Amino acid sequence: MLLAENLLGLIVLGVMGGTIYGLLAMGLSLQYGVCRVLNITHGEFAMLAAVLTFAFSQLGINPLLAPVIIGPILFGLGFLLQTTLFKAIKARAPSPGAFEGNALLAAFGVMYVIMYLARLKWGSVALPSQYLVNSVAYIGFAGIPLNLIIIFAIAVALGIAVNVFLTRSRLGRAIRATGEDSATAELMGVNTNTILAFCFGLGALLAAVAGTLISIRTPIDTGIGFNNTVIALIVVTLGGLGSIPGGFIAGMIIGVVSNLVTFLWEPVLAVPVYYAMLMVLLLARPSGIFGKK
Amino acid sequence: MVVLILLIGFVVTFPLYSGVFPTRVLTYMLMCAVLAVSWTMFSGATGYMSLAPAAFFGIGVYSMYLLQYYLPFPVIMVVGGLISFVLALLLGLVTLRLKGIYFTIFSFGLFVFIGNAVNYVEAEVFGRHGWVFPLLDPAIPLYTMLGLAVVTVVAIHFIRRSRLGLAMLSIGGNEEAAEHMGINTTRIKVLTFAISAVFMGAAGVVTAPSFIYSNAGIAFSSTYSFIPIVAAVFGGMGTLSGPVVGGLLFGFLQKTLQARFQTYFMLGFGVIIVLVILFLPTGVAGLVPMLRDRLRRGSKSGKGGEAEQYANT
Amino acid sequence: MPILEGRGVTKYFGGLAAVSNVDFHVDQGEILGLIGPNGAGKTTLFNLISAASPISSGEIRFKGQKLNGLKPHQICRMGIARTFQETKVFANMPVLQNALVGAFFGSQGRVSTADAAREASQALEFVGLSAMTNAPINDLTLVSQKRVEVARALATKPELLLLDELMAGLNAAEVGEAMELVTRIRDRGITIVMVEHVMKAIMGISGRVMVLHHGEKIAEGTCNEISCNRTVIDVYLGEEAHAGS
Repeated sequence: MLLAENLLGLIVLGVMGGTIYGLLAMGLSLQYGVCRVLNITHGEFAMLAAVLTFAFSQLGINPLLAPVIIGPILFGLGFLLQTTLFKAIKARAPSPGAFEGNALLAAFGVMYVIMYLARLKWGSVALPSQYLVNSVAYIGFAGIPLNLIIIFAIAVALGIAVNVFLTRSRLGRAIRATGEDSATAELMGVNTNTILAFCFGLGALLAAVAGTLISIRTPIDTGIGFNNTVIALIVVTLGGLGSIPGGFIAGMIIGVVSNLVTFLWEPVLAVPVYYAMLMVLLLARPSGIFGKK
Repeated sequence: MVVLILLIGFVVTFPLYSGVFPTRVLTYMLMCAVLAVSWTMFSGATGYMSLAPAAFFGIGVYSMYLLQYYLPFPVIMVVGGLISFVLALLLGLVTLRLKGIYFTIFSFGLFVFIGNAVNYVEAEVFGRHGWVFPLLDPAIPLYTMLGLAVVTVVAIHFIRRSRLGLAMLSIGGNEEAAEHMGINTTRIKVLTFAISAVFMGAAGVVTAPSFIYSNAGIAFSSTYSFIPIVAAVFGGMGTLSGPVVGGLLFGFLQKTLQARFQTYFMLGFGVIIVLVILFLPTGVAGLVPMLRDRLRRGSKSGKGGEAEQYANT
Repeated sequence: MPILEGRGVTKYFGGLAAVSNVDFHVDQGEILGLIGPNGAGKTTLFNLISAASPISSGEIRFKGQKLNGLKPHQICRMGIARTFQETKVFANMPVLQNALVGAFFGSQGRVSTADAAREASQALEFVGLSAMTNAPINDLTLVSQKRVEVARALATKPELLLLDELMAGLNAAEVGEAMELVTRIRDRGITIVMVEHVMKAIMGISGRVMVLHHGEKIAEGTCNEISCNRTVIDVYLGEEAHAGS
């Protein structure tokens, strides 16, 4: 009996698949929370990772190992973006509000650049990237696709690791201090420029892993970035803009909703449903589920 | 003024000596100008970045599809504008009382939301996937779009000089201070956003017939959010003429280069917007005052001159 | 009757009380000085009065009317105006426009364009900026920008004006001019509460002074009483004396 055949099954599978959204959301949350950039190119990073994973698999590299290479690459790209583009915009912005607006517009531009560069290289055809498609693991009587179990394991492990890192380590404390009040943090000896770049890179890394995991499950193409950005934005807001663990949990919630809507209603309506959910939530609780005011 | 009349005359007589395609290009250019100007009306003044134009545009397109045989053209324009107004009002009421970031996030998702929802309804309820338009003499959309463009620019010009315009500018200047000077900032933001949506919806109505074939994906394409924003940023978000010129320019570039260089030119637009934000955030229109400032600063002789300069203004 | 009254005014940020159970009153036509070390809660108190921040508990009444739950624009229209510690002028418009905003939107009821223009010009003249009406804000010195803020606030026709560190960053001569301006505003019938660190200004023009420390009111009285008050001296003026104000 495959789990996808009953409601409980849908929920469990949803939680597992939703961890991908959780990773995406955590990355975005970091970038906005610390760097104050609403990174709408986030989905494109995931797309790049997904496409690169496919490319590597064509060369014989196991998709599960791909993040080891792709992760650092995209980390570096994120790091670079922050140190060059966003830092420059921040320096020239007359106010924090103006900076956020300008950074957003710049990110909008970068999104198109990445999207179309990728399209130039790989076209817009769907790429058959799935891995371990037909393997099913059985836990008791329930059958769960093996690749989903792997995804769940990797995502949860990474999610916990990042969270522990942020709350327990010294660097993590510096990051949180910078996020709360960068001026004071700077006075206390924190090299905020490096911290900002690191956070942006880390966010990109999370997107990269998410992208690889996506490619394992579903066929991908150079256009998936946008949709994933929208979903990531919804998840982050649902979980609360300031909360990193909140983003992860919200990702799992959305994963469940996704499954429910897809199997019980209509796949196309998944995003509209999340959006509507979020609208309703914002009416009642503007700070999201776990957000601070 | 004379230049303006000449330009309008040029546009009006254009179809008489140009082919179908150039006329369509001109119509598209005017459409981009309308979208860019209406986007700037809200986002340029208040600083709240809306990524929603495609949503209202798409609503306009679909209003045209659904009503084209039942109502005359101008009425459909009003209907399209009105539906956009209501939608913008709803979105604004929910999100504009919160921090700006929520508004941006929701505006980004809005056209995805509506596009998908419309797609679904179209397929389930109407059993269709897209629509075909009867071929129209291209002069009709051109004249209508010209009319819309003129109305939009004039309306926004007067709004900018009105109390509403001053209130919006204050919000953009310093929202907290504006609130403390008696401005109900939420109401002003919502109202302005909704008004800007009207023009976008109307633009969608007018553009619809040029599509010949269209569906939800085409009508609600992210391009209709992106192009006006690039155009407005490039032209200058603080002015009226900036987005108009930007819209005309980028509309022209898109239509003429799209067929052959689609990927490259979208890439180019992305690069342009990044460069403009970095080096010229006030846009091309901001260049003139900037240069004027530099020249003036060069000849300023000291603090004593500060008051004198303005004595005669 | 006091024009402004606060009872048990408290504001929590997270677990910390920025303002703690403060009772205060401001009499019509007086200048009340509000002093205290940095972080004492002075600006927070202003924020509670002007509704920039919601009050956690307690109540504030203006002319007998409760202010709890109102929004800043409503408070402005009732007749309370303020300036800000970090000058919040509208940098995207010239000086006159700044005052115009106050004139158009700050008072009850609709103001005609002609009336608003007149109010704005008069306000600018009152603060001594008539020569700069069309200057872009960025051309002005900090002192002048603060005056624009005052003019803008005055254009809203307030009965109560909250001045937040108007004299910060001013030299001795400018402080004197600012003191004179504040006195002239009071002479027009506007009640004033001013937060200041510049002791000369506070002692020079305030009728009464209120002292906050760690969010609590520790003293209140005339200038003489305050400058003789042991607690105040220990907490605040003592430091000032050592630092040399």
